[in-house]
Amino acid sequence: MYCATLTIRSIQPGLLASLGRAPFLSTTNPHRLPSTVAREDEHLLVAAAKSGDTSAFEELVNRYDRKIFRLTMNITRNREDAEDAMQDAFMKAYSHLDRFQEESRFYTWLVRIAANEALMRLRKRRPNQVSLDEPLETGDDFIPQQIEDWGPNPEQRYAQTEMRDILRSVIEELPPDFRVVFVLRDVEGLSTEETAETVGISEAAVKSRLLRARLKLRQKLDRQFRQDRKN
Amino acid sequence: MNCDGVVRSVSSYIDGELEATMVQEVELHLKECRECYVLVQQTRLTVHLYYDSDLVDCPQEVRSRLQETLRRKIGKPRN
Repeated sequence: MYCATLTIRSIQPGLLASLGRAPFLSTTNPHRLPSTVAREDEHLLVAAAKSGDTSAFEELVNRYDRKIFRLTMNITRNREDAEDAMQDAFMKAYSHLDRFQEESRFYTWLVRIAANEALMRLRKRRPNQVSLDEPLETGDDFIPQQIEDWGPNPEQRYAQTEMRDILRSVIEELPPDFRVVFVLRDVEGLSTEETAETVGISEAAVKSRLLRARLKLRQKLDRQFRQDRKN
Repeated sequence: MNCDGVVRSVSSYIDGELEATMVQEVELHLKECRECYVLVQQTRLTVHLYYDSDLVDCPQEVRSRLQETLRRKIGKPRN
């Protein structure tokens, strides 16, 4: 395993063992805080990694690689690009660790690096992207025409894997510019400001794209849920 | 506020970013318009369903290649 073969130096005795027992941060609103990434021990690992402890950086990689791959796949929709972006993101994070000022969480900093790597690859494949920031036309069917509640909890109508397949197929239909903003804001939980800086657009453009993305996703999910009810 | 106004505001409304007077206008409309009420509820649920959702699996071979690459490149202490 990678863990056993890395050169381990200057590790504090018992650090990783004690980290394994560290509790998760509690929050009154768990919906807005990624439960699996908000550990109290993150700053200890970052500090150790900054001092050259490769095993601490390895622990950060093991903790976040699945999420970073999810992010780069969600942005690029191309497995090769996603894997390259993930590898380059972790390499950049490692080589620039001394620049990380810990004003944000390490995971947020990592997400921004990975999103940049993924966006570079996406833009390379789609160089002539048309701007999607024109004012929202509401003359189309954003407003529900057939009123049908999804019920108190549509998640209970589907098995977990079925719901996952529905969510994935629906988000794949979004135009990439909408998808990127939605993924950063609503899947990864970045702020509007962080998303704007990462994508290189204004905060107003982030809000505009997010609105459109959410409306389109709601619309597509509504069609899907209703079709499933009929079947 | 009319239905178009709610559509344009729904994102800011569910994020709690609307000014108090706008919130009042939206909520007054929602009391009278079931279409917009459903729109707001479903948009909020859409955001909830996607938040931190694991839609993509990271295959073990992808993780192994990442570990191998990092071991090769940063296995030695940084300068």
